[in-house]
Amino acid sequence: MSVIYILLAVSIIVAIVFFAVFVFAVKSGQYDDSYTPSVRMLFEDELVKAKKEK
Amino acid sequence: MDTNTCYHCGDDCGKSPISYQKKYFCCNGCKTVFEIFNENDLTCYYDLQNAPGAIPKEVEGKYDFFSQENIVEKLTEFRSDTIEIATLYIPHIHCSSCIWILENLNKLNPSITDSQVNFGKKTVRVTYKNEETDLKSVVLLLSTIGYEPYISLDDFSTKKNHINRSLIYKLGVAGFGFGNIMFLSFPEYFEVNEFWLEQYKHLFRWLMFALSLPVVFYSSQDYFISAYKGLKSKLLNIDVPIALGISVLFIRSTVDIALDLGSGFFDSLAGLVFFLLVGKFFQQKTYDFLSFERDYKSYFPIAITKIKNGEETSVQVYDIEKGDRLLIRNEELIPVDGILINGRAKIDYSFVSGESQPVTKHSGDKLFAGGKQTSGVIEIEALKSVEQSYLTQLWSNDVFNKNKEESFKNITNSISKHFTIVILSIAFIATVFWLFYDATKAMNVFTAVLIIACPCAIALSAPFTFGNLLRIFGNLKFYIKNASVIEQLAQIDTIIFDKTGTITSNKSSTAEYEGELLSDSETSILKSSLRGSNHPLSRTLYDILKANDIVSLDTFEEHVGKGIEAKYKSKELKIGSAQFVGNTNTDTILNTTVHISSNNTYKGKFIFYNSYREGVSKLFNQLKKQFDLAILSGDNEGERENLKKLLPSKTKLIFNQKPEDKLEYIKYHQSEGAKVLMIGDGLNDAGALAQSDVGIVISEDVNVFSPACDAILDASKFKNLYNYIKASKSAISIIKWSFLLSFFYNVIGLYFAVTGQLAPVIAAILMPLSSISIVVFTTIATNLLGRRLK
Repeated sequence: MSVIYILLAVSIIVAIVFFAVFVFAVKSGQYDDSYTPSVRMLFEDELVKAKKEK
Repeated sequence: MDTNTCYHCGDDCGKSPISYQKKYFCCNGCKTVFEIFNENDLTCYYDLQNAPGAIPKEVEGKYDFFSQENIVEKLTEFRSDTIEIATLYIPHIHCSSCIWILENLNKLNPSITDSQVNFGKKTVRVTYKNEETDLKSVVLLLSTIGYEPYISLDDFSTKKNHINRSLIYKLGVAGFGFGNIMFLSFPEYFEVNEFWLEQYKHLFRWLMFALSLPVVFYSSQDYFISAYKGLKSKLLNIDVPIALGISVLFIRSTVDIALDLGSGFFDSLAGLVFFLLVGKFFQQKTYDFLSFERDYKSYFPIAITKIKNGEETSVQVYDIEKGDRLLIRNEELIPVDGILINGRAKIDYSFVSGESQPVTKHSGDKLFAGGKQTSGVIEIEALKSVEQSYLTQLWSNDVFNKNKEESFKNITNSISKHFTIVILSIAFIATVFWLFYDATKAMNVFTAVLIIACPCAIALSAPFTFGNLLRIFGNLKFYIKNASVIEQLAQIDTIIFDKTGTITSNKSSTAEYEGELLSDSETSILKSSLRGSNHPLSRTLYDILKANDIVSLDTFEEHVGKGIEAKYKSKELKIGSAQFVGNTNTDTILNTTVHISSNNTYKGKFIFYNSYREGVSKLFNQLKKQFDLAILSGDNEGERENLKKLLPSKTKLIFNQKPEDKLEYIKYHQSEGAKVLMIGDGLNDAGALAQSDVGIVISEDVNVFSPACDAILDASKFKNLYNYIKASKSAISIIKWSFLLSFFYNVIGLYFAVTGQLAPVIAAILMPLSSISIVVFTTIATNLLGRRLK
């Protein structure tokens, strides 16, 4: 049954990894502007189209 | 393709649109922008959104101040030998096309390596190679494509303020703790007496303890700090019972697991903190693109042209000294009080007073800071430095340093005082009872009461109600600074309006003709000559008069500051001031007038009246039942009769009010116990807005600058003001109902606590249940309220 120690350790490490990712995301400013990226991701294709027309 | 609207900016093209590549433009400026985009394969700009552009403005010489190192230093956030990064505020950002074009700036200038838009804040962060280009050319490029950045004195004086993300971190920590503790506490709730559970439960408990440490000592620290502050100033605010609840939960749980008495309440503890922080987060709705804290600095230019020994140099505004000769270009703001030396001064004081009609000044006249020159170049001599100018002096008044929120006792805190006393009494009575009945359970009961009574649901009622209402108001173009403003709005009993720009509209005014009727030919000459004049009054009058035959005039002459002289066939028309047309009748009329004479015989005059906003009269009639109304105007009494007709008779009309007079008037009424709502628009109302309990600014365009205030209301929604105030009052009753609901939960919980039966699992069910039902109740109720507003 002492496998539970390993399981607990693994699950808590996973949780801490997710927490660290969250902190990193906040720090890098991901939560500062929640609107612009949603528009920006739609742009790439149109620029290519404009070039083809030429 | 619509031929009448401009392909670039969507404005009406008028009768002679400029055609280019089968597209129509209202002006050359717009056409030029299109040409630039066309050459650089950026016409996608027009595919994303119809007519997204703005007309580029004349900027010649305006950005000369970039030659000054210290200004560039302040405006850039990063500088190295090769690259520079600057964040520029661009009010025009409004659609996806804007994002697209601004993020493709490097197609227009290859030295710009990166540009990133923050749509919410309306800023663009530009990275460029400073060996090949500089900030000035970046700003000029933006201006030529119609995205002129707004640079003001504010950018110079404030260092980049750090974004406060601590609430998100705290919420993250609490959520992390809450989730993990929940999983760890589950096995024991099922109470299966299995061998392995017995063996490992201690490990589980200590893990929960470890996870709860950051939740208690980091996430909930604000509650402890606030409770301490409250107690120090002898105030039982809502954070006192919350902090008490959190500490009792933590201590009792720790004692429980240390002495092996039970599994503790760690899950309830983490859940409580998590929900409270969610409430706080929800209430923290901010409008990034609006600022409620503006002072004169956001209006003033960062630098101005100084003339010294015939040479023009750009100086920082703070460096202006008394006696300096300054050059003010068209559309530039006068930063200091001064005397006009030469040039045609036509000063638009709308920033200051809300008065839209520019004032003509002659050399030797005194000019006040805050006015905007609207015709050509003028030279002035500074009389004072920036800080000593009339307008800026207003900001040294104490009201601007007062924090309205602190002096206000909100609904949650006023109820928490009684709540805390009642809970403590119940806890003591129950403990005393159990001391005699079964002393072993006394401590258990005492802590259980404090745990279950922790006013989580009460603390959540207000944030969720106000937070949701804040969003609903935001959708209806009523932008409120924070939740406590809604509460104060609900208590208002006196409403004071500014006149010009607030109840009158800046955009249009009406004129009435008085005198001998004009013949048809005279009207057509009048109309034709007004067309050729750029004077604002001519433009207004031209728009008011019905369309008529336009004739090409034989002669047309505009006499600056006097009027227009026009000749067609045998008729000679003079339009202008009374003196100019030869009107000898000197009756004093306070309103603005334009006089007309034909062949040197006096005909009559047009009298201009303010045009009031749509629904003003109806709004006042709605308001008069519940509120004391007053109008404080900085103008003369010319409109008194008009206003009397329009507004309910009990409205007080007070004219010739200086900014300080308005402030004092409000102070006086507040000292008599009135709760004052001030509605204004210009900088001259700034003092009154700060002094009032709630200050609302009416704005034609919320992106344009408004003085410091508690809320900004879009002018088109002015007529709905009464409904908004009514909605705030309803919000207070929603909160009262949810208080009732949470008391109901507290009674159930207290039953378990007082009888000594509070098991961790009951707390774990009851606490989230009460919080979630409060959230659901307030959200549904406010949404119903919002639906009625639309």
